[in-house]
Amino acid sequence: MLSKKVKSRIFFLIVASVVTSAIIFFILKSLEDNVVYFFSPSDIYNKTNISFNEKIRVGGLVKENSIKKNQGKIVFVITDLKNEIIVSYNGLIPNLFSEGKGVIAEGKLKDKKYFIAEKILAKHDENYMPPEVGEVLEKSY
Amino acid sequence: MLKKFFPNKILSIDNKFINNLVFIMAIVATVGLIYALFLSPPDYIQGDSVRIMYVHVPSSFIALGSFAIMGVASILNLVFKIKFMPLVAKSLAPIGIVFTLLSIATGSLWGKPTWGIWWVWDARLTSMFILLCFYIAYILSWKLIYNFEKANKVSSIISIIGLFNLPIIKYSVDWWNTLHQPSSITLTSAPTIHHTMLIPLIIMMFGFTIYSLIIFLMRYKIEIIKFKLKKKNIK
Repeated sequence: MLSKKVKSRIFFLIVASVVTSAIIFFILKSLEDNVVYFFSPSDIYNKTNISFNEKIRVGGLVKENSIKKNQGKIVFVITDLKNEIIVSYNGLIPNLFSEGKGVIAEGKLKDKKYFIAEKILAKHDENYMPPEVGEVLEKSY
Repeated sequence: MLKKFFPNKILSIDNKFINNLVFIMAIVATVGLIYALFLSPPDYIQGDSVRIMYVHVPSSFIALGSFAIMGVASILNLVFKIKFMPLVAKSLAPIGIVFTLLSIATGSLWGKPTWGIWWVWDARLTSMFILLCFYIAYILSWKLIYNFEKANKVSSIISIIGLFNLPIIKYSVDWWNTLHQPSSITLTSAPTIHHTMLIPLIIMMFGFTIYSLIIFLMRYKIEIIKFKLKKKNIK
């Protein structure tokens, strides 16, 4: 049904695809630290080669009742429900920044428990619902 | 119906058929826009900013889908030597690039009030930018290379290599930590979009698809005519 020429082209295509996929996989795997946009608190906790002078990003949920504001400075806790890290920040906060919601902090690690942020980004989750449904959801917590 | 894509029959897709499609698209787009912009509820967190999603998500869908079809067409051309496949891909490219740009622009407009930043180099946004580069490379290869067969080979290779970027775009939010949120509509689990927002989103996707089909048919007809004229002139 398929001529020899066609078969050899298909074979070549499959081999080339497998090889290309493998190359891309290994490149992305080795660049993991750079492809990832932020580390979770657990990543920071488990990491062995952290430098304390490099600019990195930490992301997770803002821990409930952890936001403390003090004359333009703000201190809060980022959690991924397994580990936590304390973040302090001086500056403007985006509108969507609130407790229980996602956040990404960019800055430097003081030590494994303490992070000094230079920039705060609010992260939106994948849930979309009208306010009424949202209220029902919040009440059920 | 599929026969209509073959060069001999494509010219029979006359203006009446395209006009019917335009009519359908106008209805779908109007219903979709009214639903999306006015009747659907604001989001419980982001408020009315969510309405950009009704343009952003369909644009991304068309941008990725067009490139996928271009890639498949290029494979069919390289493997089976089906003559009109490069014309299919060539006709889709401008549509794809426009919607890629629209996706990036609407995404930035959404990101500034929501995230607090216009652009980040996280996996999703970076891979979309790479898609844009592939589209530019593809279109330029047709514009700059005069010989049809050479342009066909180069553009086909570009589109096939670009195919590998598509799963990276799609799964970037699941594989790595990104600022862009994870997928809300997946094949394996229930959508995390409430139905009052999911329905206008689907209507808008449908409208965008019909629009793309119309533009594609118009371009494809012209490409076939150009191709046939070239063949006649050589003979």
